[in-house]
Amino acid sequence: MSHSPSETPRVAISHLDDLWFQVSGTRCNLTCAHCFISCSPHNHSYGFLSLADVRTRLAESVPLGVKEYYFTGGEPFLNPQLTDILIETLNYGPATVLTNGTVLKDEWLERLAAADAASLYSLEFRVSIDGCTAEMNDPVRGAGTFARALAGVEKLVAFGFLPIITAARVWPEGDDQRVLGEFVRVLAARGYERPRLKILPTLKLGAEAQRTCGYAHDERITPQMLEDFDHRQLVCEHSRIVTDRGVHVCPILIESPESLLGSSLSAALAPFAVGHGACYTCYQYGAICANPSSAARLQE
Amino acid sequence: MKATSRVALFGGIYSNYLALEAAIQDARRRKADALYCLGDLGAFGPHPDRVFPLLAAQGVHCVQGNYDESIARELADCQCGYTDPRDNHFAQISYDYTLAKTSSHNKAYLRSLPQEIRLELGPLRLLLCHGSPRRTNEFLWESTTSTAFLTHLLHTYNADVIATTHTGLKWRRSLANNRHYVNVGVLGRPENDGRTSVWYTLLEYSPAQGLTIEFVPLVYDHQRLAREMRAEGLPEEFVATTLTGWWTTCLEVLPGKERKRGRY
Repeated sequence: MSHSPSETPRVAISHLDDLWFQVSGTRCNLTCAHCFISCSPHNHSYGFLSLADVRTRLAESVPLGVKEYYFTGGEPFLNPQLTDILIETLNYGPATVLTNGTVLKDEWLERLAAADAASLYSLEFRVSIDGCTAEMNDPVRGAGTFARALAGVEKLVAFGFLPIITAARVWPEGDDQRVLGEFVRVLAARGYERPRLKILPTLKLGAEAQRTCGYAHDERITPQMLEDFDHRQLVCEHSRIVTDRGVHVCPILIESPESLLGSSLSAALAPFAVGHGACYTCYQYGAICANPSSAARLQE
Repeated sequence: MKATSRVALFGGIYSNYLALEAAIQDARRRKADALYCLGDLGAFGPHPDRVFPLLAAQGVHCVQGNYDESIARELADCQCGYTDPRDNHFAQISYDYTLAKTSSHNKAYLRSLPQEIRLELGPLRLLLCHGSPRRTNEFLWESTTSTAFLTHLLHTYNADVIATTHTGLKWRRSLANNRHYVNVGVLGRPENDGRTSVWYTLLEYSPAQGLTIEFVPLVYDHQRLAREMRAEGLPEEFVATTLTGWWTTCLEVLPGKERKRGRY
């Protein structure tokens, strides 16, 4: 069933809990087949954020009571100031960085481990590995990336971190338990004895829309679907993301023109019309961007 | 609002009636004016109905936790929101046991509990709730909760002190303008530090010293609790936590910093 744009529900932000930074723009050393914003070594459509940019936003975030900070890209560690940015952020609150784990350098991790130990707050690494074998992962993320990402995980563990392995579901949903079990075995064999795992749905945008298919016309949130629904499951209900163009509604939709809500955090707190196919995925799966320690859950 | 100067705050009891008995005695000995429990009366431990008479006899005022709400409404699970299948497996065993063993009379009592209690501690406005003032099942971990966010909560909910439980780990933070957040810990199980003691919290206000927050370790008969857990067929993984002080389940929701402090 389709519906007209006038029926697109708007979701108000209850509070800005999570502030995201598109810290490396759309630049990535990998070119994953399922990337929802088609990041690559040559995609310059969004640029890096500088330490000064991030500092400005951190200061802006304090009176708004932001709870947690997240850093994504692209590959965040391509930004040469990332280590300094994360260290600065730990003065304000918890920081999570989403990385592919393939470019981590000892000198960065040494500084970050020291900053994590000295901070009141957690520094979390989320390492993307899309499958528990090279045969599952590499066709999506690129040849050799499974081995390189596992080496990154080993390195993080050696520096005392407990990375959250984040896997986009590039397998049938019914295989989740088998894949999770195999992940646990593979990671234990590499010395990671108590792995933390998070499965994400794929988002049929960007490269992923080419790999599989885009959203069907009727894969949209209707007003009826939001009745008796816990709105906190939707990322836009408690998050915003900073790019080098301004403040957008969520990390998923930055390429949609209407996602750009303002130039300041406080100007970007207006309600958002959840009319995209990706909003439907967010609705279906809930809390797709948050860490397990903060994820809200569906109410009964 | 009730005015008082020294209060004992108990976190989740999780059916650990032995620790509750010890906590009540200890708090009375320390001259607490009033006793409060911040919710999650059942879970994890044996004989959930044994907690209720103690609370009634001692006049312990309770707020409703997510577990209490689930049991009261006879929901399908505890609303902790685990996604890890192993965590869910053990959480469900505990929940099903507690649901089956809680009398309808006590379920009605759980249904009657408020989601928050407000009182005055000297000139300070104290707000007691389970997870956070805005959501019963929100986890406020020390390492993932910014000072800016706590300041926002205190301002929004018109309080000088907010006290919660839910995470199972005690912590506190002092904020600007003599405001405070405190997680009071839990009575139900040890706090993942390799010790078998559990914790409760005393808050005191005096004009000379202002607010004093004291975390009180509590030794109780944990061997007896473990025996009763086994006799009731509760999972060995839970018994191990009671006997060793290390959490063995429901670990996925821990942030990195808190997780690293534990054994598993």
